[in-house]
Amino acid sequence: MAMTMQVDIVSAEESFFSGLAEFVAAPSILGEVGIYPRHAPMLTRIKPGSVRVKKAMSDEEELIYVSGGILEVQPDVVTVLADSAIRGEDLDEAKATEAKQRAEEAMKNKEAAIEFARAEAELAEAVAQLAAIQKLRKRR
Amino acid sequence: MAGGKEIRTKIKSVQNTQKITRAMEMVAAAKMRKAQDRMRLARPYGEKMRIVAAHMSRAHPEYTHPFMAERANSKRIGIIVVSSDKGLCGGLNTNVQRLVLAKVKDWVEEGNAVEACAIGNKGLGFLQRLGVNIAASVTGLGDTPHMDKLIGPVKVMLDDYSEGRLDALYLFYTKFVNTMKQEPVMEQLLPLPTEKLEGAHGIWDYIYEPDAKTVIDQVLRRYIEALIYQAVAENMASEQSARMVAMKAASDNAGNVIGELKLIYNKTRQAAITKELAEICAGAAAVG
Repeated sequence: MAMTMQVDIVSAEESFFSGLAEFVAAPSILGEVGIYPRHAPMLTRIKPGSVRVKKAMSDEEELIYVSGGILEVQPDVVTVLADSAIRGEDLDEAKATEAKQRAEEAMKNKEAAIEFARAEAELAEAVAQLAAIQKLRKRR
Repeated sequence: MAGGKEIRTKIKSVQNTQKITRAMEMVAAAKMRKAQDRMRLARPYGEKMRIVAAHMSRAHPEYTHPFMAERANSKRIGIIVVSSDKGLCGGLNTNVQRLVLAKVKDWVEEGNAVEACAIGNKGLGFLQRLGVNIAASVTGLGDTPHMDKLIGPVKVMLDDYSEGRLDALYLFYTKFVNTMKQEPVMEQLLPLPTEKLEGAHGIWDYIYEPDAKTVIDQVLRRYIEALIYQAVAENMASEQSARMVAMKAASDNAGNVIGELKLIYNKTRQAAITKELAEICAGAAAVG
């Protein structure tokens, strides 16, 4: 019997895969990595792409799309902690700004200012999202 | 006849209220089941995240992250308060707010400054009344927690911490014990409590890609986010079950009130009939 390892692919909102596998390929930030059992411990960021899992005792291969996250490798355990939301530096930044603005608005409680700031924040978010989508497209 | 019609109107209105509370009870029961499922789905991620963070703290990285390092004196304290957006859920928000109030009072007395982040409408209003500085807020989460909406406010607090504007970060939310019991709790998020990260000892280290600093930073940020996400999911499950229980109590109360009102109504009706009969008899006796 071929060597196997435990593979878990989870995101905050759901669990995608959990089971034994013979081989895993994941899109690491520095290029795709292939992992067989007894791999050296490794911790790496992964970029948006698909994780390929060759399940134990079957010829089936499972393809799971992840929008970035973290890959942890232990000799007999592989864990993919997938991001459940679209991420990116500017996108996170825009969300943070928006959250700040909402708090400031709430404290001031001025109607007109709220409308303007909200519109501005929405605009910033939309712009950031567009940028992220374009980046994602380039990567694929 | 005193108030026969008024009592009838009153009974009608209480019955209408009862219909509403009963409907809300059933809606909350259905939503509670879903909220509990979501809470369970969020658990494996949090658990895996904890294991990775534990491995990392036991490994020997060439870099110690600020999130792990204890700070000598905490002067500025950040709090994240998770609450519900809507009311009518019993003492859920009041309980967690009471805990926040007690802690904030202690901290302020010790000479600390407090900065808050509100998740949920009720908490936002409470923190505004309390008069603490609100750095970030998010409301209108709906029935499903979305990471999307939480990233922003969490990032504000984490950035404040890593840039030295905060020395500690605490999380307040309502823990879901079971349908009948929900507990307000406070958890320390930053600096990361080390006892939470029990893991395997050993002299080994990961291969980090691209480098230790960025990977560790991302892992720890995701870990904190996962903890907060889990807290929000628990809070939502707590909210729905608290609402279900509160609405059940309200429906039962309405039933009692209707019973009492009916009794009064029948008594007055019978009194009126007796009175009328007595009058007729007296009239007949006077004629005969």
